[in-house]
Amino acid sequence: MATATEQWVLVEMVQALYEAPAYHLILEGILILWIIRLLFSKTYKLQERSDLTVKEKEELIEEWQPEPLVPPVPKDHPALNYNIVSGPPSHKIVVNGKECINFASFNFLGLLDNPRVKAAALASLKKYGVGTCGPRGFYGTFDVHLDLEDRLAKFMKTEEAIIYSYGFATIASAIPAYSKRGDIVFVDRAACFAIQKGLQASRSDIKLFKHNDMADLERLLKEQEIEDQKNPRKARVTRRFIVVEGLYMNTGTICPLPELIDDIDLISANMENALASIGGFCCGRSFVIDHQRLSGQGYCFSASLPPLLAAAAIEALNIMEENPGIFAVLKEKCRQIHKALQGISGLKVVGESFSPAFHLQLEESTRSREQDVRLLQEIVDQCMNKNIALTQARYLEKEEKCLPPPSIRVVVTVEQTEEELERAASTIKEVAQVVLL
Amino acid sequence: MRPGPGGCCCRRPVRANGCVTNGEVRNGYVKSSASAAAAAAGQIHHVTQNGGLYKRPFNEAFEETPMLVAVLTYVGYGVLTLFGYLRDFLRHWRIEKCHHATEREEQKDFVSLYQDFENFYTRNLYMRIRDNWNRPICSVPGARVDIMERQSHDYNWSFKYTGNIIKGVINMGSYNYLGFARNTGSCQEAAAKVLEEYGVGVCSTRQEIGNLDKHEELEELVARFLGVEAAMAYGMGFATNSMNIPALVGKGCLILSDELNHASLVLGARLSGATIRIFKHNNMQSLEKLLKDAIVYGQPRTRRPWKKILILVEGIYSMEGSIVRLPEVIALKKKYKAYLYLDEAHSIGALGPTGRGVVEYFGLDPEDVDVMMGTFTKSFGASGGYIGGKKELIDYLRTHSHSAVYATSLSPPVVEQIITSMKCIMGQDGTSLGKECVQQLAENTRYFRRRLKEMGFIIYGNEDSPVVPLMLYMPAKIGAFGREMLKRNIGVVVVGFPATPIIESRARFCLSAAHTKEILDTALKEIDEVGDLLQLKYSRHRLVPLLDRPFDETTYEETED
Repeated sequence: MATATEQWVLVEMVQALYEAPAYHLILEGILILWIIRLLFSKTYKLQERSDLTVKEKEELIEEWQPEPLVPPVPKDHPALNYNIVSGPPSHKIVVNGKECINFASFNFLGLLDNPRVKAAALASLKKYGVGTCGPRGFYGTFDVHLDLEDRLAKFMKTEEAIIYSYGFATIASAIPAYSKRGDIVFVDRAACFAIQKGLQASRSDIKLFKHNDMADLERLLKEQEIEDQKNPRKARVTRRFIVVEGLYMNTGTICPLPELIDDIDLISANMENALASIGGFCCGRSFVIDHQRLSGQGYCFSASLPPLLAAAAIEALNIMEENPGIFAVLKEKCRQIHKALQGISGLKVVGESFSPAFHLQLEESTRSREQDVRLLQEIVDQCMNKNIALTQARYLEKEEKCLPPPSIRVVVTVEQTEEELERAASTIKEVAQVVLL
Repeated sequence: MRPGPGGCCCRRPVRANGCVTNGEVRNGYVKSSASAAAAAAGQIHHVTQNGGLYKRPFNEAFEETPMLVAVLTYVGYGVLTLFGYLRDFLRHWRIEKCHHATEREEQKDFVSLYQDFENFYTRNLYMRIRDNWNRPICSVPGARVDIMERQSHDYNWSFKYTGNIIKGVINMGSYNYLGFARNTGSCQEAAAKVLEEYGVGVCSTRQEIGNLDKHEELEELVARFLGVEAAMAYGMGFATNSMNIPALVGKGCLILSDELNHASLVLGARLSGATIRIFKHNNMQSLEKLLKDAIVYGQPRTRRPWKKILILVEGIYSMEGSIVRLPEVIALKKKYKAYLYLDEAHSIGALGPTGRGVVEYFGLDPEDVDVMMGTFTKSFGASGGYIGGKKELIDYLRTHSHSAVYATSLSPPVVEQIITSMKCIMGQDGTSLGKECVQQLAENTRYFRRRLKEMGFIIYGNEDSPVVPLMLYMPAKIGAFGREMLKRNIGVVVVGFPATPIIESRARFCLSAAHTKEILDTALKEIDEVGDLLQLKYSRHRLVPLLDRPFDETTYEETED
């Protein structure tokens, strides 16, 4: 019975084969042939890393020659031989054996050799020794640090302040603590190197706007807004920051703060200039500052500021609070020398009239930067011979994003008398005439 | 394979003693199953394969985590996480008061400044035991220190100072290896004199007008101390790394960095723009494989040869207490023509018969290390960092280091402290105080470690390292240990995630030459008590033999960063 059914099914099949349209049969035939071909063809192997023999590898290792660790530095490199200052870098400074009037150290308020500051530091030295032997988290927090942070917060009229043991590391650690990969930062072109390094460490998108040009900033912000509208999901998680400097070190100008913003989230400052100490601080609202206590790299992973330096900073703050008149005096001196230096043939003054640190740039630069640097160095050296200590503004030429032109840095301090200011201005005038003509 | 000068051949992984079965390779050592390892543990041999390179026994051990402890630790973290979510939920719905600062009303609709999850750990785990860190002190951080008492009435969200001072706490947390953190003595007097003369600040950079004669004196002394041609000093140890590594290497170069390198080395490597590849902690086979593959295969995709290869290692790793295998590293570096950057932050002054660091400890030539970096914070009681090496290197750094151009130079009294303490260690001040301190530290180290091991604690690291990590593992014990020790007048440092892997939290003791035997004995007695109280004596004296760490040939980590 079964065979009959089988035979019957077979007959049915053969009949179906006859009755099927030709194209159908041909298609099926081709498909079957294709499957057979795929089954029997060799698989295509992706060429893996070229299998080198052990001997070849050894040869490669033998042959490889690395570059020298550092390229040789020519003996006459302008930055190789430093000026040696004997004794304290105060108002009368001894540079390379010559006594000069100091127009190069950022000692704006003359606190570098103030006896009160020295006494406070000495008292701290006698109590705590020099080093703190640990980061803030591990027994490196001294009562002096807490005091200093309190005083700074009060002085800057903010909720909280946090101190760092190195001025450069302050902003370079603060920026990456908040801005991460994928966030956007709008920063001025003339921002200093420390800010650039902080931005590099944060890996965020950097958008540069023209120096002090609020219209340019607004244009960039508007462009960003359009981008955001295109991709709202991404915009919801992207943070945006604006970074500006109060007084730009590279240009001596100030940023137009009222136009910019009505409230500032974070202020970062350096205690190494006017406060004549070492280190830096950030201040702002507790919500913002507290974050740095666990994620500021320069704060968590580095030893804290030596107590004697913190005590010196506190005393400096005391002095500043007791004599608010010195700021007006400083402003007046700045104005004086700014006016006196106008009209020097060959040099132009770059910076605000009330900025205590400004630049003198060549009015007409020779095409090569090296030549410019040499001319300016000649002026500096001759001024040094006439007992005025100046310095060129130093940059890392290959590393700066927007390299400023070479310039001489002039710094005004409250300790300089009017007569000294006049003398400096006339010396520079004379020397410039000799060198540049 | 032709044997290299150091005999560092790549060998087949050792599988004989069953160390590979159900084990995971972590940090180069295998967590083996209990039964198989018991047999292997019988042979606790510490002679390394390249014994010829080592002039002294190299005893390093990292006992594996007991299984039960690991499980309980994970359970602990799990419970904390659950409670964390619960508390966050309660805070969100205002059932519980929110103590931490919040964003301003006007800025509430900005993109939030911090990612919520980033702070989950901080809010819910760190906050509970926050009183163990940032303890403010008000005296010299010497062998004994005065701590300001703090109280919190809202579970560590805010602290109030009671006004009491806990006096004479034994200080086992400060990095004071040679005991130079003092407020009396020749160093302090010299620093005081310089302070009177020079003041405190400098107000300028090295390249402008901040290069004082004191700095030149210091650099010459450092070069003599280390036995190198020249040296350069910087104001901050952290910045020494983060500002000079980018000056030395750039795009097209390769950096081979140890797994457990310090944040400053990692930051410096990232800022440089070079390609970074990580090798397992102190594992020479891993390093050799990376070196070989780097030279043979060149840069990824373009296959161009690398411009230079820089190996970044530290002298003593401060979280593990391990000492770098310097003889092997130098042998490898010579064979493969790589450059070596040695960060001796913790080992300078602390190792070696005359305190010259890890190079002297192994009896090697300082000229073999291309860049010797270190800090003045730990053994010299000051602050700042230095780099020493050949004259060409230092000349280059003088012109191209970021710090020389943009950062303020060292403060003069700090410089004087370094000069005086360094002269003391070198014996140039006419006393033998330096030598005694170095010897005292070495004795203290050996004594302390031996006693702790005898008590049954799990101690990581090398026998000669003055950094002594004692394993705690469980999160609750981190807080408990810190607090109990403070109650008994001993100040210790406890570390947890993220400075260490999540289940390997530890207490870290930093020994000092200033610690007398009485102080150490007191501390040991208290640690014994607390160890019993908190059940911290996990050790089963099962030291994983150093050699039998099968190297997994298939792992080749590439971090394109």
